[in-house]
Amino acid sequence: MATAPHNPTSSVLDLTAPLPLDGGQVLTGVRVAYETYGALNADKSNALMIFHALTGDQCVASPHPVTGKPGWWLRMVGPGKPIDTDRFFVICANVLGGCYGTTGPASLADDGEPYAMRFPVITIRDMVRAQVAVLDALGIEQLHAVVGGSMGGMQALSFAANWPLRTRAALIVASTARHSAQNIAFHEVGRQAIMADPKWKGGDYYGAGKGPDSGLAVARMAAHITYLSEEGMHDKFGRKLQDRPDGTKGAKTFGFDADFQVESYLRHQGLSFTDRFDANSYLYITRAMDYFDLAEEHGGRLADAFARTQARFAVVSFDTDWLYPTAESRTIAHALNAAGAPVSFVELSAPFGHDSFLLDVPALDRVIAGFLGQ
Amino acid sequence: MTALRPDLAIIAANVAPGSRVLDIGCGDGALMAALRDTRQCDARGMELDPHNVAECVARGLSVIQGDADADLRDYPDASFDYAILSQTLQTTKRPDRVLDELLRVGRRGFVSFPNFAHWKVRASLLWNGRMPVTRLLPIAWYETPNIHHVTVRDFRELVAAKGLKVEGAWFLSGDARIGDAAATWRAEHAVFLLSR
Repeated sequence: MATAPHNPTSSVLDLTAPLPLDGGQVLTGVRVAYETYGALNADKSNALMIFHALTGDQCVASPHPVTGKPGWWLRMVGPGKPIDTDRFFVICANVLGGCYGTTGPASLADDGEPYAMRFPVITIRDMVRAQVAVLDALGIEQLHAVVGGSMGGMQALSFAANWPLRTRAALIVASTARHSAQNIAFHEVGRQAIMADPKWKGGDYYGAGKGPDSGLAVARMAAHITYLSEEGMHDKFGRKLQDRPDGTKGAKTFGFDADFQVESYLRHQGLSFTDRFDANSYLYITRAMDYFDLAEEHGGRLADAFARTQARFAVVSFDTDWLYPTAESRTIAHALNAAGAPVSFVELSAPFGHDSFLLDVPALDRVIAGFLGQ
Repeated sequence: MTALRPDLAIIAANVAPGSRVLDIGCGDGALMAALRDTRQCDARGMELDPHNVAECVARGLSVIQGDADADLRDYPDASFDYAILSQTLQTTKRPDRVLDELLRVGRRGFVSFPNFAHWKVRASLLWNGRMPVTRLLPIAWYETPNIHHVTVRDFRELVAAKGLKVEGAWFLSGDARIGDAAATWRAEHAVFLLSR
């Protein structure tokens, strides 16, 4: 087989048509930023769309636009990798409401000022709608597959349910068909932390120097805990203490500095997150996730969401993921079975909690390569 | 393609082409792949071991990780033309209930199992007073997954007690077919096709 170039390409699409939203509003002048890899074949049959997670971006396998770190799924996407860019034309777009080039709360409204909290509340299906517009613009009628982990998995489910003829396969990793009370609760902690920060200013912090970094950092710290497993945290940090700046090794300060290594780690995660993410985007995207309930959208029965699908499905969970535990993936698999769709489901063993889908889990590589290779 | 295990070859040869099949305890998917490729079946699988599930997915098969004892209840009645339990019945916690479920989700059911009344097993118990370790039962008693050993006669009695019909029975000694006559002690392995 001829090898296509890996060819990472950044593009921007300005939607000519207004985008209708689930909330009843219509967004005009929507812009979608997306990245592509590989080459689209002549009959446009080798395209594959990856959906990113809450704080992800379109740079699946290219350097991060702000931090310069390697792409978030570089281990999975590339020439000869499980999502093989020699074979597939891979598309990943920044989600609606995001802060990496696609229209979101930081974008300018018609009056030339940032939307801020005037941005309409969006849903997972709205995000997908904006990405379907990219496929339309590229003239891609049907994808080889849609692929997503976490919030990306929700988008993949929404795509397969609402645009059933536009993909031949859907791969859903570490995800859920609806946000649980616990999921919503953790997100609400994050949102309240942001909104309690005086620098949030009702969302109108753009151009006013620093935004609500403290609040956003706390939101990220709380969320980050949910991405790890208890065991993984224990193995990495235990009760180990930080070395002090004066050279003292691992002693308690009897104060409120970050004595424990886990505290120091979380503070670092929180702070570094504020350099790369917009607080209002965080509010809007977490809201969209909380509103996600695929069964509710389809009359209350999840199997009915997949009534018209003709795609093959693979659903993967991880045994240490307590954010979207295996039971959620089983629910999806059972619904697909009841709808008569060809579905595979597997719970993989990995120590990294919810983040396992981003990390070194060789069994996941095999499942993805095998499923997409068909 | 490598040759199918003899009991699987019997099942594959007796499944009507184009049918919908559920292989419960499908292992690495060898039977499903054969049914798909040679009988044009729509084959689905259930398997407990995640490595095997991953192997099946890599072969392009649709397999749900699940447990025959617990997860068959999620399938609607008569959703398959055939439900298959190959070398799985003796590993379940309640073979009788699994058999009920087998013939609820499948209009017909194939069951294959190693016959615990094979003469080598009998001899092992009679002469050595030990649980047998044979070609088909290769694992010592304390770590074998086979927790409900069954003989051809036991199985026929259970099937009769449940009022199920035996539509076919095949017996194997080594890899060779043998007749019904002395199956209870000569068969190493039995394959039954059942229906309600």
